[in-house]
Amino acid sequence: MLSVSIGTVIWTTIAFLVVVFILAKFAWKPILSSIREREDSIEEALEAAERAKEKMKDLEANNEKLLLEARQEREEIIKSAREAKEKMIAEAKEKAQAEADKVLKNAQATIRAEKSSAINELKSLVGELSIDIAEKILKEELSADKQKALIEASMKEAKFN
Amino acid sequence: MSVQNLTSSNSFRRFKAILVLTILSIFSLNLTASSESGGDFNAGEMIMHHISDAHEIHIIGDFAIYLPVILKTETGWEVFSSSHFYHNPQHLELESGETAHYYAYKNYILFHEHIYLKEEGLALDENGDATNQAVALDMSITKTVAGMFLTILIMILVFTSVAKGYKKRGIGAPKGIQSFMEPLILFVRDEVARPSIGKHADRFVPFLLTIFFFIWISNLLGLIPFLGGLNITGTLSVTMVLAAVVFVITSFSGNKHYWGHILWPPNVPLPIKFILVPIEFAGIFIKPLVLMVRLTANITAGHIIILAFVCLIFIFGEQSAGAGYGVGIGSTLFMIFMNFIELLVAFLQAYVFTLLAALYFGAATEEAHH
Repeated sequence: MLSVSIGTVIWTTIAFLVVVFILAKFAWKPILSSIREREDSIEEALEAAERAKEKMKDLEANNEKLLLEARQEREEIIKSAREAKEKMIAEAKEKAQAEADKVLKNAQATIRAEKSSAINELKSLVGELSIDIAEKILKEELSADKQKALIEASMKEAKFN
Repeated sequence: MSVQNLTSSNSFRRFKAILVLTILSIFSLNLTASSESGGDFNAGEMIMHHISDAHEIHIIGDFAIYLPVILKTETGWEVFSSSHFYHNPQHLELESGETAHYYAYKNYILFHEHIYLKEEGLALDENGDATNQAVALDMSITKTVAGMFLTILIMILVFTSVAKGYKKRGIGAPKGIQSFMEPLILFVRDEVARPSIGKHADRFVPFLLTIFFFIWISNLLGLIPFLGGLNITGTLSVTMVLAAVVFVITSFSGNKHYWGHILWPPNVPLPIKFILVPIEFAGIFIKPLVLMVRLTANITAGHIIILAFVCLIFIFGEQSAGAGYGVGIGSTLFMIFMNFIELLVAFLQAYVFTLLAALYFGAATEEAHH
């Protein structure tokens, strides 16, 4: 145990160096490079995740902003629509009122004109009748009874339209 | 289709397990016929025998895996199974009346797991050490070396399959053994290498991963019962190589700032420099030496404690069977407890070794900051 044997030393040297070289070439190199690769990829993935998170946050803030804007816009649109509606209704009402007033006025004017023309016609008719009667009376120069009969007859003849 | 994939990967896994067993049994399997002749139980000898290196992997009873003996002699290389030794036990009667056991094959003898030339049989000096000439170079696949090969095999199988998982799943979630190993790999990279070394850390991560898993798996193999009591990281020859590699890497990656601080510390009065420079210079050797000793001592100590509890059973068993059984229960409970501690120590020592290596690399590559 405690005495050094040259043979064992030689065998150990050969065996150990062989195993160092074999393992370094066929085991440690692929193993360590694979582990490093994996570590790199994990690091990359973590970084990417971090970046995605940040992006997500940005996106969320953006979305919120967009939503707020959309809501505001909607409110504005509704408000303006309401205003337009009210304005339209008011305008229509006004127009209708005006139209109605106009129609009424026209009707009144027509009625007035008709009335005056009817009165005039009546007046002229009464005049003509009076003249006719007076003419007849004058023509006949009759007795009072006869005049009276004549007037009555004339009156019967007269047609009031 | 997924079910089919599942079963095919299952069968592949089973195939791998069989492969491991086959490679283990390549070291010729044999049954030993020799059983130790009865005698007084010697706890110290038994413990030393178990934590020392051997030319066989003793599984249980007479069953052992015999490992190849590879020797370089003046005449050339010689390769044979260690079963030849273990099947040919020899005895040497000493003047003191004791008997020395050794094994012989051809013109070699195996005494205390060291191989000597046979000459005229075993000859001992007054200290009980063999005076025979040792073989020029013993390159045998010993228990420790075989255990190390097993560690390496496990590492290659496990981590190439982990790498395959990464290739298949790319940056996807890990699955199966991949998800078991990933936290450990990340632990070494993020908790050991990066805080200790700094910006040059990734250059050293493959080495640190290798040394961490090498030590940890070796330590764990040593805790598996019936695997011959492997003591890979408790063997000085092994930890010496690991520490030497750390020393070499530290020295070669040392920058101007590092060497400057050791060889000519700035902002220090000249007389102090004469004291400081030798200390700093010795430090570059002491640091890896400490790494080596700490790991060996910790792992061996753990093995010794567990073996000591086993010995207790036999020591009391020699008195009476009842005492043996009685102590056995307590000893077993303590052994279970110690095994849990050792499971922790196995990880801890791998971590400490890796962390200190990383700190040395960090000191060597640190940039000037003043």
